Amino acid sequence: MPDVQTNQSDATSVNASRGDLIRRTFQAMLMSRTLESKLGSLYKAGQIVGGVYLGKGQEAVSAALGTNLTKGRDIFAPLIRDQAGRTAFGEDLLDPIRTYLGSVEGPMRGRDGNIHRGRPSEGMPAMISHLGALIPMVAGMLMARRMQGRMEGTVGATCIGEGGSSTGAFHEGLNMAAVEKLPFVLVLANNQFAYSTPTDEQFACERLVDRARGYGVAGHEVDGTNMLDCVEVMNTAVSNARAGEGPQLVVANLLRLSGHGEHDDGFYVPKELKESAVGQDCLAIGEQQMLEGGHSTAEEIADWKREYAEAVQAAVATVQQEPKPDPYQDDWSAFSTPGISGIH
Amino acid sequence: MSEFTYIDAIRQAQHDLLEQDERVFIYGQDVGKFGGAFKATQGLQAKFPGRVLDAPISEDAMIGMAIGAAVEGMRPLVEVQFADFSSIAFNQIVNHAGTHFYRTGTPVPITVRLPSGGTPGSGPFHSQMMEAIYAHYPGLIVVTPATVADAYSMLVESVKLNDPVLFCEHKFLYRWLKSDKMVLDDPLPIGKARIVRAGKHATVVAYSAMVHEALRAAERLSAEGWEVEVVDLRSVKPLDMDTVMASVARTGRMLAIGEAFPWGGVTAEVVSRVVAEGFHLLDAPPQRLNSRDTPVPYHPNLWQMHRPTLESICSAIHHLLSL
Repeated sequence: MPDVQTNQSDATSVNASRGDLIRRTFQAMLMSRTLESKLGSLYKAGQIVGGVYLGKGQEAVSAALGTNLTKGRDIFAPLIRDQAGRTAFGEDLLDPIRTYLGSVEGPMRGRDGNIHRGRPSEGMPAMISHLGALIPMVAGMLMARRMQGRMEGTVGATCIGEGGSSTGAFHEGLNMAAVEKLPFVLVLANNQFAYSTPTDEQFACERLVDRARGYGVAGHEVDGTNMLDCVEVMNTAVSNARAGEGPQLVVANLLRLSGHGEHDDGFYVPKELKESAVGQDCLAIGEQQMLEGGHSTAEEIADWKREYAEAVQAAVATVQQEPKPDPYQDDWSAFSTPGISGIH
Repeated sequence: MSEFTYIDAIRQAQHDLLEQDERVFIYGQDVGKFGGAFKATQGLQAKFPGRVLDAPISEDAMIGMAIGAAVEGMRPLVEVQFADFSSIAFNQIVNHAGTHFYRTGTPVPITVRLPSGGTPGSGPFHSQMMEAIYAHYPGLIVVTPATVADAYSMLVESVKLNDPVLFCEHKFLYRWLKSDKMVLDDPLPIGKARIVRAGKHATVVAYSAMVHEALRAAERLSAEGWEVEVVDLRSVKPLDMDTVMASVARTGRMLAIGEAFPWGGVTAEVVSRVVAEGFHLLDAPPQRLNSRDTPVPYHPNLWQMHRPTLESICSAIHHLLSL
């Protein structure tokens, strides 16, 4: 496995240095971009059925959230563009590849695909397509731990876009988390387009972060193209939630640097927006910040790029050898209760 | 002799579940100090502090919350104030809870109580039967108890099952239906139908409150010499076709009754399966009787003619016997 360090230890303890957080955030961003560009190629080569949905341009905000959470203690419910956050949180590199290629060895065993994957019993729910549905689910996971007396500093986090923030589920879920004063972090990536719908057709308020006040939760706003700012703001939000200050809404402004999926060329994104500050590539900015801040050397980054590309290549090769689901072997039961059958 | 009502059974089951299993908690609007809109949780918050929680008016979030809590090892029991309002939670129920085990391998043991069906004056939005909608989707168990003892045992069993259960309890039965027995030594499990009246001329398949209307009709027809067998489905998913088919094999004629809207639904499913599996057993085309195809009306004069009535059931049985 490549040298992507994940949060098996307490990232936000006093011992974890800021430098370490930054390095791990950048590594997860880089790994995510490397993996996703391979997934895009596999899609174009016809090897992935359905769709491929990339987080290009959102890696900084997603990874910065992931590195501030600790797998095994915290809950992270990623959404469509959170490969970087998944990697930072500690998702095995094989999980996304197996899910995209439908391997029976993957967490979804070919029964669900692409970004609809997770390991719920390990604190990482598997998203459904209906936006906002994960918000109350994470709230329920936190409430369960509170009732069980095993909160132990847990933070629950999930992500949404500006489009998803228009749903009733978003409103109900965030309100519930606020009423229950949960250690909850909701990251809202305003990537300017919900599929093809621009922000002026999505919401009428000036700044989405202003909604935090209406819900009675803390609000943070961050430039999603700036890796260092993302690390800082996520660290603050996660720490505040952990310290008992209730839900934190983090709004990150950035531009989706891809289509909605790889089937979509995003022709509707204006050139001026791409060339504006919000359209900058967080990975390029991150690399510059790594070098300027002395967080790594150019040689180190070059090594990582090579290492991650090799790791992705090897993982894809492994998964391509794995069996696909066999319709004659599937038990075709949606129930876990033995003997219960909907149709007989 | 003490008498228990249907809602007594629901309250007692919730009490016993809370007492016996620390993973169980209740979540819903006004279920705490207030004791629930129908008093199904009265006194439970005081006895089990921290485990009977009031929810905001957010049905979608209530079910989403329950899914999350179940994944973390709890046994959530959600009261949706009226079954009608579960349409707000439709997405969480069918797309999230219903798909979860198949997709991820992690079960979602939640029980959602749906106070269902019509009562005089309740109108279009406090009277609906939702069982067919949920039974349509994979991964959901849908139960429709018709007796006091079933209300108790099936609620206890629902919470113990590892899959999501929609517990459709009928509001009309809450205080009207009484029994001297609530807790049986050996209750029938979910998935088994019950023959509640034996007969040989025709089978009436019913569930929930319609079981009692079917029994009244069978009683009335007995005066004319007809012996009508009545089957209480108890759960609509799973659907116990073995019991239904055995009855049809004896009588050769079948009428399925439901209080739900007439397009599709449980009665259509029963008729379809009886025809497909037992065409050779039939002496006449199977019949079905449902509510009228309008929203549930407000005024009692309209309401009582919207659902199947004693008269319309007797008439449907006469028609079946004449074929």
